Amino acid sequence: LSICFRTVEPLEYYRRFLKENCRPDGRELGEFRATTVNIGKFCCSITTADGSALVKLGNTTVICGVKAELAAPAADSANKGYIVPNVELPSLCSERFRSGPPGEEAQAASQFIADVIENSQMIVKEDLCIANGKLAWVLYCDIICLDYDGNLLDASVFALLAALKNVQLPSVTINEETGLSEVNLKQKSPLVIRKHPVATSFAIFDDTLLIVDPTAEEEDLGTGTVTIVTDEEGRLCSVHKPGGTPLTGAKLQDCITRAITRHKEVKKLIDKVIKSITPK
Amino acid sequence: GDTSVLAGVYGPAETKLSKELPDRAALEVLLRPKVGLPGVLERSREQQLRRTCEAVVLGALHPRSAVTLVLQVLSDAGSLLSCCLNAACLGLLDAGLPLSGLFCGVTCALGPDGSVLLDPTARQEQEARAVLSFAIGSGDRRLLMATTKGSCSVEEMQQCLAVAQRAADTVFQFYRDCLRRRYSK
Repeated sequence: LSICFRTVEPLEYYRRFLKENCRPDGRELGEFRATTVNIGKFCCSITTADGSALVKLGNTTVICGVKAELAAPAADSANKGYIVPNVELPSLCSERFRSGPPGEEAQAASQFIADVIENSQMIVKEDLCIANGKLAWVLYCDIICLDYDGNLLDASVFALLAALKNVQLPSVTINEETGLSEVNLKQKSPLVIRKHPVATSFAIFDDTLLIVDPTAEEEDLGTGTVTIVTDEEGRLCSVHKPGGTPLTGAKLQDCITRAITRHKEVKKLIDKVIKSITPK
Repeated sequence: GDTSVLAGVYGPAETKLSKELPDRAALEVLLRPKVGLPGVLERSREQQLRRTCEAVVLGALHPRSAVTLVLQVLSDAGSLLSCCLNAACLGLLDAGLPLSGLFCGVTCALGPDGSVLLDPTARQEQEARAVLSFAIGSGDRRLLMATTKGSCSVEEMQQCLAVAQRAADTVFQFYRDCLRRRYSK
């Protein structure tokens, strides 16, 4: 009987749970789904990529692969490398996405990730430069969603962070006589990651209620979303609220406080995983 | 200042079967930059504008129809997103679409010394530590949309939000003057 009610009147079904301050899958309003992360070549993902990570947030599965290539830096910023994030939502992850050119959601997500990298100064582009004006690294970060069950942005940011921590860049020297670059694959050094941004997403329900880590169903029923990205100093890297029901400043402050707590949990998880894969 | 955006609103009009929604109007926003083809940045801005407009337009009164909002950037001298938001709201008002409230766009820039600058020029935006854009609703001045560029502390953000809410009053007064002029002819 409850399944019929759920299909016919999903909003009413949800409201009944929200009145009791919990959700159909048993979570509290401020509780995240179980987060698992797999980093690196051996326990996870992509053996051909320079860095990779797989993140599961409940059912939402996102994989990130980072490939490093060499290129000449742009004329106006001769000492900066490039980071190119790309978020893909293939049609296999959810029936709402069609195959073909990237839809609006994928493009907006790619722009969001680019903004987070830029705002948080996670990777400073000057660090990617090898020789001023001649050679720099280009990091292609491909984030692909394998299973979409809401909260794409949180999982993507987490996957990106984990993959970048895993990247090992080979040392490159420029041969003085020939002017060509020589890549030494034996000598690898990890990327310098200055800040660790973590995203926390909320869905707004009925103008007042805020729930954390929405599933796909909750996102559809909700009337708006807010995503807050914090770094370890408690600074806001990004407040992303693309329209939806209006919020007061106080509600936003609640979101920010929750985001800061979430940051600590995620940081602990990443540190634990990195420690477990580094060879002793 | 020198930033100008042209907004055109078409609708409610007929729409293709694939795009129509059974219970409300489908809103579509197209943002065309001054030079070049629309890219990923435009798409993300379009999504933000669309969701902001969806929150105010009473779509339930026009089911299975489409409202198209086309924005053309004529010149960009800073605070482009707020300019687009204001143009969009005035366009919707002029078209006579049923709205549950108005909104206005305000941009704040945090200078390197911590000062808050309202409505920054392109130069001020580049020098700023962080640039925050808000869409503030009329009525109770609640936050409809927020985007940040650069990082800032929580207190600074709350400060900018408070400043933006006060500035929204000036913008709404401007809306009133415009409309008064338009309809008094």
